[in-house]
This record gives sequence, structure tokens and C-alpha cells, in this order.
Amino acid sequence: MGAKLRVYKRRIRSVTATKKITKAMEMIAASRVVKAQRQVAASTPYASELTRAVTAVATGSNTQHPLTTETEKPTRAALLLITSDRGLAGGYSSNVVKAADQLTERLKAEGKEVDVYIVGRKGVAYYNFRERKVVESWTGFTDSPTYADAKAVAAPLITAVQQDTAEGGVDELHIVYTEFVSMMTQSAIDNRLLPLSLDETAESEDTSKGEILPLFDFEPSAEDVLDALLPRYVESRIYNALLQAAASKHAATRRAMKSATDNAEEIIKSLSRLANAARQAEITQEISEIVGGSAALADATAGSD
Amino acid sequence: MAELHVELVAADRQVWSGEASLVVARTSSGDIGVMPGHQPLLGVLQSGPVTIRTTGESGDGTVVAAVHGGFISFADNKLSLLAEIAELSDEIDVQRAERALERAKSDADAAAERRADVRLRAVTGVH
Repeated sequence: MGAKLRVYKRRIRSVTATKKITKAMEMIAASRVVKAQRQVAASTPYASELTRAVTAVATGSNTQHPLTTETEKPTRAALLLITSDRGLAGGYSSNVVKAADQLTERLKAEGKEVDVYIVGRKGVAYYNFRERKVVESWTGFTDSPTYADAKAVAAPLITAVQQDTAEGGVDELHIVYTEFVSMMTQSAIDNRLLPLSLDETAESEDTSKGEILPLFDFEPSAEDVLDALLPRYVESRIYNALLQAAASKHAATRRAMKSATDNAEEIIKSLSRLANAARQAEITQEISEIVGGSAALADATAGSD
Repeated sequence: MAELHVELVAADRQVWSGEASLVVARTSSGDIGVMPGHQPLLGVLQSGPVTIRTTGESGDGTVVAAVHGGFISFADNKLSLLAEIAELSDEIDVQRAERALERAKSDADAAAERRADVRLRAVTGVH
């Protein structure tokens, strides 16, 4: 076998091995998307009931609660950025990080300081590399987050919101994550969790549109209910965001791996064409050498006669 | 007989849903019973068993669940019980709960002890 042909064969082998790996990753991601989607769906009843309850208290009572009222002049905002632990998902992490950067810019332009909280190793690496300050970060559960993880993430955020701004607390809480729109579309979005804007909560709960909420009887009191309700609300929204981000990550991985597999196929195809051409060239050369050699031999014998 | 629709949801799943004639739950100011046509209500639940007297399509019977924290909300003849953790009594592993109770007692972990206790009470029906 000629040297050129050998090189092509070797490259085809290595690309085939890569293709097998990306194909396997694609299939794993595809099965995980379904699981993650199911988790999102399973968490929806809790989230929507909770949203309904929050809307009911916030509209049905005249309670002034630090978590529902907007500060006159907000000076500090917390930003929770949800990325993934692992790469190989195309533009997934960079898109959501970019969205966070834009939001940071916007908040800074409004004259607010931004405290950054990060979930996922990719986001942490991005911020560390640029030596930006991160208040707190969590890693290790982005592929399949549990409610306990969401609670752990929410706890310092809730404390920060409840604290006075002068003592290091925050006035606003924003969350940046990748929304799972469909298998093909995932978009990085930012969302203000607190203070609650009631239009948003009403919008997200379609059935409450145009419906007059009844007057509620609060047990033990409206303030106590709100006190207990809002942390749960934040937790459930964060849980929902984590789940959507996980589903998006798997969908992005699936897509990235699918195009990697397709590309590998393409490369294999063009490499085997080149290998075939090299083999043909080699054969042609051998034939012409044989023909040339025998002709020379025939000439030599004819000459000696 | 009038009936109300009950949804018992935990943070990560829907635990039970169906028709009921009476729901008894423990709020922070005491046990509360909700029957069809109750005034709209929103309350904070404490760890404790929730008793649902089922009726209509769900058949006459009693469903007991252990609920750890959460909320009860009732409006438009629809009752939602929201809990971070909720388990039906027949899902609870009694031996495991007993072991957890022992362990919590020896570790003096009041929260874990209470959780295990609530689970056991939901199964045994001693309220």
C-alpha cells in the first residue's frame, strides 16, 4: 500500500471512531431531553398553583411586603446565571452568558450594582477567567437538578433580598437561564423574580386573565402567608429554571452532536473519495511501470537477436 | 352530595388529585377542615397528616398523606395542597420511617424526628 493511501485510511479510521462517540452522545442526550422535559412537566402543577396563590395574596390584600414592593431607588441587584457543568453543547453556555452580560450592562446603566450568583461550571470558568467577582456559585447538579438543589441555590438569594441594601442586601433579583421552547429552539432569557411584577405573574397564568380573584381568608394572616409563600415561590421558580436549563442543555448537546456526526460522515465520504483516487493512481502507476518495463525488456531482447 | 376538587402537589410531582367531600389539614394556627363551598382560603400548612375524605368518581374512602410544610389554598370549589414534600400513606415505608425516627432521636435532630413522626402518624392514622 502506498504512503498516501495509508495516510487516508488512517484518517478515515480516526474520523469513524469520533463519529461513533458523537453518535452515542447524541443518543444519550436525546433520551435525557425526554426525561428532563418530563421533569419540567411534573414540576408545572406546583409552580402554577404557587403562582396563583402568590397572585391571590398580592392582589387580594393590601399588605406591604419587602418582596412585593419596588424600592424607590434600587441600588443593588442580584443576578442568578444558570449555565451547565459540561460543554459540547454548541453555543448553549456562551449564549446564556452573553445574555447575562447584556443584563449586567443594562442594570449598571440604570445605576445599580450587580451581585452575580452562578450555577454551573461553565459560567464559573467564564467569570473566573475574566477575574470578575462572583458572590456564590454551585456546580455538580446541572444535568438533573433536584428540588433540594433549588433550595440550596435559593437560600442565600432570599437572605440577600430580605437584608437591607445598606448591609449588603439586594433590591432586585434577576435570573438568566435558557428557556426550553421546543426540541429545536432554546433561547436565553432574563427574568425579574423580585420584586414581583404582578402583570407578569398574571400573564404566566393564562386562566387568571379576565377572571376576578375572590377575596381570600388568610390563615393565620396575610403577612404570615406572604412571608411563607414568597421564599417557596422563589425556590419553585429557580427549580423550574434549573429544569428548563437542563432540558435545554440536553437538547443543545443533541443538536451539536448531531451536526458533529453529520460532519464526520461528510469527512469520511470525501476522505474515501481521495483514498479511492489515490488507490487508482497507484494502480495506474503500477500498470504503466509494468507495461514500460516489459516494453523495455521486449526492446532489449529484440535488440540482442 | 356536593364535592370539591382536590389537587395535592409536591414540588416535583402531582401526588393525588380527585373529588372529596372533606379535607382536614393542619395549619399553623390549628387543624382546619374544608368542605365544599368554603370561603376562599389561603393558609400555611405545618408538617402533619392531611386527611381527604374522597367521594364521587374517586369512590368513598379516605386518603391520608404526610405533608411537610406548604400551603393550602381553596377557591372556586378547588382545593390545592402545595407541599415541598408530600407522600401518600400507602407510599410510606413504615420500617424505613421507624428507622429514621430512631436515628433522628439518637442524633437529636428535631426536624428529622418530626418528619419521621408525621410519616408514621399518617400511616397508623393516630392523629
